[in-house]
Amino acid sequence: MAANQKTEKKKQNLLLSRFQTELLLVVILLVLFAFFGMKSPVFFKVDTLMKLLKQASIYGIIAIGMTFVITSSGIDLSVGSVVGLSGIVVSMCMVNGMPVLLAVVVAIAASILVGVFNGVLVHDAKVPPFIATMASMTIVRNVILLMTGAKTISNLPKSFTAFAAGDFLGIPNMFLTWFGIIVLGIFITGRTVFGRNIYAYGSNKESARLSGINIRTTVYGVYVFSAIVCGIAGILMAARLGNGVPTSGDGYELDAIAASVVGGASLDGGEGSVIGTVLGAMIMATLRQGGTLLGINSFIMEIIIGSLIAVAVVIDKMRKR
Amino acid sequence: MQEQKQPIVVMKGIVKEFPGVRALSGVDLELLPGEVHALVGENGAGKSTLIKILMGVYTRTEGEIFINGEKRDVKSPLHAQSLGLGAVYQDVNLAQHLSVAENFFMGQLPKTRFGTVDYARMYQETKETLDSIEVHVDPKALVRTLSVAQQEMVAIGKTMHQKARAVIFDEPTALLTSDETEQLFRIIDMLKKNGVGIFYISHRMEEIFRICDRATVLKDGGLVGTVAIKDTDEDRLISMMVGRNVDDMYRIEHREPGEVVLKAEHISNGKAFQDVSFEVRRGEIFGMFGLVGSGRTEIVRAIFGADVKTAGNVTFLGRDANFTKPEQGIQAGIALLPEDRRAQGLALGMSVADNTNMVAIRKISKGGVINTAQGIRIAKEYVEKLRTKTPNVFQKVKNLSGGNQQKVVISKWLAQDSELFIFDEPTVGVDVGAKLEIYKVFEELIKEGKTIIIISSYLPEVMGLSDRMMIMYEGRQMGIISRDEFTDDHIMRYASGKNGKES
Repeated sequence: MAANQKTEKKKQNLLLSRFQTELLLVVILLVLFAFFGMKSPVFFKVDTLMKLLKQASIYGIIAIGMTFVITSSGIDLSVGSVVGLSGIVVSMCMVNGMPVLLAVVVAIAASILVGVFNGVLVHDAKVPPFIATMASMTIVRNVILLMTGAKTISNLPKSFTAFAAGDFLGIPNMFLTWFGIIVLGIFITGRTVFGRNIYAYGSNKESARLSGINIRTTVYGVYVFSAIVCGIAGILMAARLGNGVPTSGDGYELDAIAASVVGGASLDGGEGSVIGTVLGAMIMATLRQGGTLLGINSFIMEIIIGSLIAVAVVIDKMRKR
Repeated sequence: MQEQKQPIVVMKGIVKEFPGVRALSGVDLELLPGEVHALVGENGAGKSTLIKILMGVYTRTEGEIFINGEKRDVKSPLHAQSLGLGAVYQDVNLAQHLSVAENFFMGQLPKTRFGTVDYARMYQETKETLDSIEVHVDPKALVRTLSVAQQEMVAIGKTMHQKARAVIFDEPTALLTSDETEQLFRIIDMLKKNGVGIFYISHRMEEIFRICDRATVLKDGGLVGTVAIKDTDEDRLISMMVGRNVDDMYRIEHREPGEVVLKAEHISNGKAFQDVSFEVRRGEIFGMFGLVGSGRTEIVRAIFGADVKTAGNVTFLGRDANFTKPEQGIQAGIALLPEDRRAQGLALGMSVADNTNMVAIRKISKGGVINTAQGIRIAKEYVEKLRTKTPNVFQKVKNLSGGNQQKVVISKWLAQDSELFIFDEPTVGVDVGAKLEIYKVFEELIKEGKTIIIISSYLPEVMGLSDRMMIMYEGRQMGIISRDEFTDDHIMRYASGKNGKES
């Protein structure tokens, strides 16, 4: 059977391509490292690398939540606003005398609220995810601006800001947090019922429903997960800046989507990889950091990043054909 | 002219077994010089398998092949070529980037005395061969620049050049215009006169009756018979192909039905069906027949909880069962294997293992954490049990054939250990081998005391499998009849709405 041989061959290619997405990203990352390392003497300095990790951490964290949402065939545009919200909430609580830990809990709770709101809109009101989360993005951002009068909240306690600057055995706390979320993300997507349901729902909503998968839990789950990690990112951001900045997180949704997509997530749903996303985020951070070091015009760097996104998706589509 | 009488090809008692499927069971085939011999049968009847065995693509499990009277083992396509067998496939297999002449001489390029390729001779000989069958194509032209028809003619020329004594045409007119078809027939006529034997595979009856001398009919991998075209007509040939030995195919062991498992009383959903009442007993296969749009699918979806119903009452296993969500139906022990498995039954981008465990995932998980190893074990178990053809359980379901996809759907409900299995068009797009295996699953299910509802648009299937059958017409229940009352006439009358309600 000629046709059979063809599908046989296609099968092998497909199997290969599953590993290739991540492998390809590792190669790109190594090439970038080699390039910048050669061009700039300071690139491989511990300081630079730590800065790179810290920089990648914030939206690397957000991107993992985004990957959950995209895998479920949704999208979450409200991530940047949630980052801002949690940063402001944690700051306001602390300057009003709340203990750090409690302030963190309150900030996460506020974030979860946004996640649930997204879930209600998407699942119960059947609003397309793009529109639903665009609405919450706008609402939340302006709630923040109202709450703060668009003013930065400063004088955060030292014990709080120290966390972002600190390290454990030389590894920045920010990165450790990211790493923790990476491990959690891999565990959830690979080993839990919730995780597999995200893929099942993302690949085929109707078959998921007829298989008795709880659709509500799944949809709420991805938006709440996304909101929680954004809450964490927002808290880290406030700690790093030493201030609660009302506009912080603005535009982060695009970086997060980019990292997910470069990492192999499909906007059609059903496909997405936490490891791929992490690599995607690392590649983008490396490009930016390296570009800065070499004094390359940042507009040019952004053009390169934009092209990278396009190329990544095109290559992925071609391989899957 | 003793050679004239000797068949070019004789295949005797050819059997081919693929893992789990018997693709051919003892087929005989013979080709005489100057004969055009049609090979006919439905899709999946075994024509291509037989031809591929002859051409050395597959090896046979049993049987003998004689070429020009000598017993031969055709080891590879190249070997077939050297034995004088040529083939012109549907998707012409020429090297697209080489010239016509290079294709003719592929693997045996002539050399000049300086060791370079003797192009002059190649072009000359190619032109002579093409002229002899009146194909006017430049030997220097690259194949990809030729039209589909020209490529096909070139492929024929190539078999001529290789001195093939038997040529196989697989659906040769599928991509040709009527003019081009005429040209092809002229060429076939010429080949015939030169004593070449031709196997002609086609679905087009008028072509077979125009150019063929004999026809061999295959069905479900078996030989139905070989007939001389002049002694038969289209109707007879088709009835040979389709066969009416329906009973064999659907012969499964039925069971004495037990207590009532499912009871629907006057259920309606307002639009698609109204006032439907029926009972299904344990161990029974209950058929639902009707034309598309008669409300069959909607009824079972409402029972399962996938759609809402507006009136009526359902009880399942003696308990109230008016479900509004699939979870409830599943919990109670109902499995729905939907009509469109690609759109509704499977997550195509996910693996066989993921799909198998999709419903029964609670069984392999604790506190929301999956025991992956156990999931893989279960998936493997069902792949073996149902003989699903897949390289491994990590294969994405979208890469499997229709029949194997259906087996994955069945696996996921077997894994859930449901009581009532509702199959909605279970064998659409499924080849004969997989069909039989699916029926085998039916047999095993009822043996284990499970109950089956089967919806099918294919009458022989519902008739062959069901103990009782409900017939629907435009959302109305036309009647429920039991096995001894099954006749085509009776059922079709109901299904076309010609009889009032009775039950």
